[in-house]
Amino acid sequence: MASLFQRRRNKATQVERVRERRHEGFLRYAGFRWAKISGGLCLLIIVSYALIDVTPRHNGGSWYGYTLGTIGAGLILWLTALGYRKRKMTSDHWSLKAWTSAHVYLGLSLIVVGTWHTGFQLGWNVHTLAWVLMMLVILSGLYGVIVYATLPAALSNNRDEMTQMQMLEAIRAFDRQLHSAAQPLTPEDTAPVLAALDEDPFAGGIGARLSGRYRNCATAAALRTLTLSRSSDTEAREKVVGLLKQKEAALARLRQHLRIRGLLEIWLYVHVPLTFALIAALSAHIISVFFYW
Amino acid sequence: MSEPVKVAIIGSGPAGLSAASRAAQLGLTHILLEKTDHLSDTIFKYQKGKRVLATPERLDLRSDCRFAEGAREYILGNWDEDAANNKVQVAYHADVVEVTGEKGAFAIKTAKGDVFHAENIVLAIGTQGNPNRMRCEGADMPHIIYQVDDPEDFKDKHITVVGSGDAGIENALGVAEEALENTVTILNRSKDFARAKAKNVSDMMEAGENGFMSIRTETQPKKVEPGWLTLETPNGEERIQCDVIVARLGSVAPRGFVESMGIEFTGPDREAFPKLSPTFESTVPGIFVIGALAGYPLIKHCMNQGYDVVEFINGNAGLTPADEKDLAAIFADLPERKSVSEWLDYLRTRVSIFADVSPLQMREFMLDSKVAFYRKGDVVFEKGEPGSSLFAIADGFAEVEVGPDFTVPIEQGSIFGEVGLISGRKRGATIRAGEDSIFVEVSRTAALKLMAAVPGAKRAINRISLERQLLQIFKGGLTVEDLGPVVDTAEVERVPAGKVVLTEGEQGDDVYVIRSGSMVVEKDIGGKPIFLRYLPAGSFFGEMGVLSGQPRNATVKAAVGAELIKLTGESFRKMLAARPQVREATEAAVAERAAMNSFIESRKASYSSAVDLYSDTASFIMKEGLGEATDALLIDENLCVGCDNCEKACADSHEGLSRLDREAGKTFAHLHVPTSCRHCEHPHCMADCPPNVIHRGPDGEVFMEPGCIGCGNCMRNCPYGVIRMEAAPPPKPSLLRWLLTGFGPGPGEPSPKWTKKQLGDEKPKKIAVKCDMCKGIAGGPACVRACPTGAAIRVSPEEFLSIARLDEDTD
Repeated sequence: MASLFQRRRNKATQVERVRERRHEGFLRYAGFRWAKISGGLCLLIIVSYALIDVTPRHNGGSWYGYTLGTIGAGLILWLTALGYRKRKMTSDHWSLKAWTSAHVYLGLSLIVVGTWHTGFQLGWNVHTLAWVLMMLVILSGLYGVIVYATLPAALSNNRDEMTQMQMLEAIRAFDRQLHSAAQPLTPEDTAPVLAALDEDPFAGGIGARLSGRYRNCATAAALRTLTLSRSSDTEAREKVVGLLKQKEAALARLRQHLRIRGLLEIWLYVHVPLTFALIAALSAHIISVFFYW
Repeated sequence: MSEPVKVAIIGSGPAGLSAASRAAQLGLTHILLEKTDHLSDTIFKYQKGKRVLATPERLDLRSDCRFAEGAREYILGNWDEDAANNKVQVAYHADVVEVTGEKGAFAIKTAKGDVFHAENIVLAIGTQGNPNRMRCEGADMPHIIYQVDDPEDFKDKHITVVGSGDAGIENALGVAEEALENTVTILNRSKDFARAKAKNVSDMMEAGENGFMSIRTETQPKKVEPGWLTLETPNGEERIQCDVIVARLGSVAPRGFVESMGIEFTGPDREAFPKLSPTFESTVPGIFVIGALAGYPLIKHCMNQGYDVVEFINGNAGLTPADEKDLAAIFADLPERKSVSEWLDYLRTRVSIFADVSPLQMREFMLDSKVAFYRKGDVVFEKGEPGSSLFAIADGFAEVEVGPDFTVPIEQGSIFGEVGLISGRKRGATIRAGEDSIFVEVSRTAALKLMAAVPGAKRAINRISLERQLLQIFKGGLTVEDLGPVVDTAEVERVPAGKVVLTEGEQGDDVYVIRSGSMVVEKDIGGKPIFLRYLPAGSFFGEMGVLSGQPRNATVKAAVGAELIKLTGESFRKMLAARPQVREATEAAVAERAAMNSFIESRKASYSSAVDLYSDTASFIMKEGLGEATDALLIDENLCVGCDNCEKACADSHEGLSRLDREAGKTFAHLHVPTSCRHCEHPHCMADCPPNVIHRGPDGEVFMEPGCIGCGNCMRNCPYGVIRMEAAPPPKPSLLRWLLTGFGPGPGEPSPKWTKKQLGDEKPKKIAVKCDMCKGIAGGPACVRACPTGAAIRVSPEEFLSIARLDEDTD
């Protein structure tokens, strides 16, 4: 039976299409091509480091150290270029997925390239600063890879076919309904509802955004107060309570959406500025090395 | 009672005005009848400052009135001047209600009771019809409008919409947009909104619940005053604030009026036009029809026809139409030298489908067509090429490559390429010129017009296409003669989306060929319908029943609205009996399908969840209308990080506007169908494009060439909401400058605020914007190239749903 399908897949174009249908992500791109290349590079460095006898000992200043240093500096500059590539829509044939794939695996290989370049001589100086910054950039990038690989499905599940604008619109719709439904309430019941209406769904700061916990949520407070209150007409109050519950659910969805998006983006605010700091430290490192040659 | 005139022109739009000006220049006695108090009411009612485009550019203007692209005011001002300079006799407030008499002595009666006498009548009333007016007190106030051109013209106003049809609801929803801060009320005389589409009613109800508009039923206007409106409600009279009244009370279509004069139309359907001679004369001698009513919606056409028709009435038989030089250019490359009319006659007498076409229609078709000379052996098109035009053989013959080293000739007078025309699928075979030949290539739009206007042409095309389709399906070994009985008993069936054509377990031996649209095949396995196969146009089904005599072993239903050709089992069996090798080929196909079915069944036993997922995904894809797609963007939400780089890349690859909305759209099992063009087999957007600028390109893309007039028909016709009406923003500063200084908008579509600031008071014309699959960009679709994680893919449904996917998933 299988032969029937084997034959179809043997066509080269078919293979290409099959790959597309399986939406091969950036990590699996072209059968882990860049993982293999970068793994091979690391292996080559580790083995040659052990085999090559540099006198008096391995360090950044030997011919071997210079080679690794040049490779590393080149890689760092090329990896930085992803930011430009991503935004420059030239019309020639390129795939950002392939670039990302290479960026991730070659970026990880810098751990070996950079560290073995030092000859494991670290200290309190500008050279080690460059190494530390590089490791921090790689670490933040590693976080990025992990969230890119794990969070998108959660983002998709949470939004349930709604767009961010629709989520905001849903909250505004509940606000409008609350506004009219709260008219018959007593002043003491109206106050928390008004506070909930005034609430900015985006307020709460970075901590709340990333944790998803909004301690001073006016809607939750209004819901608590009105559930316990006995002052207004029961029917009117229950209607408002019902609306508040719906608004709370809508808020929860929006906040979860913002939280996941925040987690998917926050690392870039570390990764990118550190990269520039790294390039500055790297320049200082290279200039000072040549100055004291 | 007035003096009889040589020619009376009804309607003072571009066509009528141009005709009257010509009559005045020729010194003919004439009268131009206009029902309002100004010329050219349709354009007069355009929104202030609206740009009017002068398309098609290649057509020369031949008129005594000026016309060039410009603002509404500029054009109307020119025409008023031209009418005065040409000394055109205009009768305003002359709303024609009845025409009697015959050529030489027509009597034209107006609503006021005036009667005009004329020897000839030129009917140039357009297709707008007369909107029904409000009838209450104050109904002639100027703040009552009968159409809304741009809801953004209204801001912070009290607006009352009268009328509960789709037009009224759509206008009300438009002006009720939150950002415009209007206070909107919609009135309905009755209790429910029975005349409107369910979607519009539910949108309106939602807007009502959200406080964007107030919906008042059983209410009608009683008295209109400036700033106020008195309503008659079930609870008595009420006075509300009202700055603008939008009255959408329907209109009287002009067709009834035209038919009341005795003029015949080409057919009963809505798209039909009056039957006309080459001089625009209708079936009533002495009455001529020009302009939009004659089927020419563009202003330039109308004005040229106004000029021509008066020349014809004045006895100028030698006048060649303004398109003469365009037609001459079409014939210029042919080896023989003939005049345009000789060529037209040549084609009409030599090509069977043109036999019933009138000379006027022939000119029109040829403008949208090409005629070319092919040397023996030249390839006309290759198998697998996209293309939807129809070819006719005027001279020589064509050879179809049916199989390797096996060709079938198509004789002079016949056609080819009709499969692409009817199904919208890629070309099924390579065609070469069998000897030095002349072929006519008719564009899809022109061919469809031809089929609608000339029933004989439609019959011929349908029969030929069915024969060819069968020949193609059953490869070599069959001749047209073998097919005779099959084709004679064949019926064409239209099936709506979702309709079941064959039911599993039922007896039956009819065989179906899919002419257009697509089908899905399902089988009940373990009490659940499992998707087996997607059948695109050009495939056939039901053949297992004929061969085996067994009941149907699977259910087949329409994925989208489709056209099927039903062949009776008996004639099909006879054909197979006569041709054993065809029977063998069919049996081989059946065996392959049966093998696939049992493969899925076997997988179902061991990998039940994988098969269920495959089947459910297929159903979802079909429900989202992808059954009619040829190439659609899908997003795997297991990979999508929501960076919107696809949208930014789209905007930056085109004029700064994104043609896709990633976030919007439905999702199933993390497979997301964003709002973006699917490049349908039969694009809905192409259905009604007045300047005819939407085409299918060489890679199957449906794209718009420059020349859009901004009418919005395509946007309204697209069921997937993927066309935007938008003006291109001004150019952005370079990317490097943004990266280094942060100045200006970054990648992607600039914010409306930035655009507005750059433009100042200028209001550029909004035109339709849609995906062109990055036509002409070497790297291919930008959305896919720019996706950093590989979430965005472009696929066609048959690739996406091929069984190989299931095979991979369960490996």
